[in-house]
Amino acid sequence: MDYNSLGEKVSRARFKDMYNAFRNRQELIKAGLMNRRSLFKMGLLSSTGYLLAKNGLSAWAYGGGGGGGQCASPATTPFTLNLPIMPTKQPVALSSLTPAPQINPNTAINPATGLAYEGRTRAHQAPPLGFPFPAPTVYQVTQRAGLVTMSNQLPQQPIWGFDGISPGPTYVAQYGAPILVRNVNSLVGDNSGFGFPSVTTHLHNAHNPSESDGFPQDFFASGQYYDQYYPNVLAGFNSTNLPNGDVNESLSTLWYHDHRVDFTSQNVYKGLAGFYLLFNQFDTGNETTGFRLPTFPDYDIPMMFADKCFDPVTGLLAFDTFNLDGILGDKFLVNGVIQPVLHVHPRRYRFRWLNTGPSRFQQIYLTDLNNLGANNQFWQISNDGNLLPTPIQVPAVALGVAERADVILDFTQLAGKTLYLENRLEQTNGRGPTGNVKAAGQGNLLLRIVVDLPQVADNSVNPATAPAYYALPSTAATPRVQRSFKFDQTRDGEWTINDQFFDGLHPRFTVQKNSVETWSLSGGRDWEHPIHIHMEEFQILQGAAGLYPDSQYGGTWGGSSGWRSGGSWGSGGGASTGVNKSRKDVVRVTSRGDVKVFFRFRDWVGPYPMHCHNIIHEDHAMMIRFDIAVNGDTNSRP
Amino acid sequence: MSSVTRRGLLAVSALLPLARVLPARGCEVPAGPQTAGPFAPPLSGREMMRRRYFPDVVLTTHEGKQVRFYEDLLKDKIVVLNLMYANCQGACPVITANLARVQKILIEQGKRNISFYSLTVKPEEDTPEKLNAYAEMHNVGPGWKFLTGKPADVELLRSKLGFVDIKPQVDQNDRASHSGMVRFGNEPQAWWAACQGQANPEWIAREISYVIPAERAAAG
Repeated sequence: MDYNSLGEKVSRARFKDMYNAFRNRQELIKAGLMNRRSLFKMGLLSSTGYLLAKNGLSAWAYGGGGGGGQCASPATTPFTLNLPIMPTKQPVALSSLTPAPQINPNTAINPATGLAYEGRTRAHQAPPLGFPFPAPTVYQVTQRAGLVTMSNQLPQQPIWGFDGISPGPTYVAQYGAPILVRNVNSLVGDNSGFGFPSVTTHLHNAHNPSESDGFPQDFFASGQYYDQYYPNVLAGFNSTNLPNGDVNESLSTLWYHDHRVDFTSQNVYKGLAGFYLLFNQFDTGNETTGFRLPTFPDYDIPMMFADKCFDPVTGLLAFDTFNLDGILGDKFLVNGVIQPVLHVHPRRYRFRWLNTGPSRFQQIYLTDLNNLGANNQFWQISNDGNLLPTPIQVPAVALGVAERADVILDFTQLAGKTLYLENRLEQTNGRGPTGNVKAAGQGNLLLRIVVDLPQVADNSVNPATAPAYYALPSTAATPRVQRSFKFDQTRDGEWTINDQFFDGLHPRFTVQKNSVETWSLSGGRDWEHPIHIHMEEFQILQGAAGLYPDSQYGGTWGGSSGWRSGGSWGSGGGASTGVNKSRKDVVRVTSRGDVKVFFRFRDWVGPYPMHCHNIIHEDHAMMIRFDIAVNGDTNSRP
Repeated sequence: MSSVTRRGLLAVSALLPLARVLPARGCEVPAGPQTAGPFAPPLSGREMMRRRYFPDVVLTTHEGKQVRFYEDLLKDKIVVLNLMYANCQGACPVITANLARVQKILIEQGKRNISFYSLTVKPEEDTPEKLNAYAEMHNVGPGWKFLTGKPADVELLRSKLGFVDIKPQVDQNDRASHSGMVRFGNEPQAWWAACQGQANPEWIAREISYVIPAERAAAG
């Protein structure tokens, strides 16, 4: 009997292919490398320069196509480059935007391109509601090609980034200070095999009007621009909490990324993503004021996690275009660099963690390789970037794609130590994690943290003193509609939501503006999906997925329903507890899972999507379009 | 204990090194003298795609013509590509009929130069004659080829194009288990995506239009 590396039986032919692929790669590695001469010598490169079709030369081990093959990136030495810190995006003078921004889309034809100047199709909703136009602060960001270093052992990588870098620059925004961002699409030239030069920028988690949300079909072509107006206003300002909204709905850690329908995964994988931080009078970015969270940017560090594949022959970023299940990388990047190093002072830090996938679920621990049994718990202060009512001490944080968590790590007592952020969740294909949590030190090391900078003052609040942040808004209101959604797949591999297919041309249902709804989201078998809903945050009433149980921190949350239960860090079938008692915009729907979420759809109207944020699934139409309008329907199973 | 076969040993020995060759933890990789030097020069997008995914195998059309997969069917073209088999009792006939509507919509919109290809997953039973009858039954428009070939070539294509299930037993029990997804692409630009074969045909037509360069600024 033959088996693959997952222990599954495989056919004799399949096994032979796998074994040959393995041997080919081993030969290459043994031969010390993959330069042109050695490839030629080994007969792998023909005189015309074409690589012979040996499976081991593919970026994927199982024969180069989809089917969930594992990638085989070249070796890289970890922890040689420092963690990059993204630059803060700087505003520009209004006069530098030509043509000037306008409330209605600028549909005049640009003679230089033959296209409309602007790709927008709908007028800005904010100015008629009293928001200043043009916004007092304006930015211009350009989607363009760039060349970046992800490892000093790999070639410079051609990427597409906001302003040509990845992650893109970090926006630092304030509640009460609306901004306008002009996105300019300057993506031209060869795409290296993946990436589509038509884009739409979604500000993930923002309470934004539809035309500035980055709706998947609000894309614009190379040579066009698109003005997005971000009101930076609290939910409820035009409905439940006149006139300024509910401070308990404050958002903190947002991110922006490309959302081009059918091409999101390629474009995000290619680099089109960045952070957007929102501050207010409480979360001030200054540890001597408000909630006294560690000062930005010195002690408040956004960290974007991604796992990627690299072609063993060219050493360049590789995307598995025809993969249907989900892509797992074998290189772990933080802020665009493979396994970087961060030097810290012995004090408290706020790290803002974001998992950008494309498909992997992570459970991140703080590991001391010299003391694997150490109890390295830390403080989680937010879920999906929204501050919790109070900090919660946790052994780890589980993140599906697009989920975020802000954490406080206290290095005060750890001077001289070296620690690692480690993903210990096992995942062997794009469909979802196995649910097994590896022993400390056996997982994927993401970031090395060295506590070797000098002692400095720390005026940030100690999370152990149980400071109060935002109270959770009430979920007592009676829903106008209770809807249910079943996420599943047909026998021939098409995603369905309530047994129907995605149709970008028509809304499946319409939500009544300013109404309360509850939605049940349930999953089919053998898959796990991080489901994201645009426009308003929700609260998980029941069925939230907690941490995947591990052996080190005991089975207190590992109850009968397997990894779905969650002790004090989450919950199983019951009401949310711990960090899941929070405001969220992504929820993990586990195999046969069933979660219930509570919404208020306030203030804005227009089309929005709900979709799986395994972005491979998203691009294969695991998505539904809904509209928000003055009059909604009552379809309970749309 | 049963005797250990040579193949069984090979399987076990392949397991362990595989895990090491595909390191999940980069820190296990010995630091070698590797630099950015030893890599082959970058390829153009279309060339990368061709080498990685598009073997130039010879196929036979429903009209009995021999064609090469890359050189004759993909190169320089905008294409729509799906899997099927003639005796399929599941979704394939529904999808073929739906794609025929899509083709009609595109032609009505003046988007005529789009090649449609349907590759059988059962080449051993789908002869050109049988595929020809299937094409006639569905009354497909010009530029649509139903394709069969040597079983090994068809299996290679199916795997390269990602229409395989990661569970081998599922895959072999139903080679059409991923046939509901329809690929479309612009070969010279290396723009490739997929749509759902049973979706609203107006929507599918819109999606396919995305990869026509002249349509690049069409909203929605």
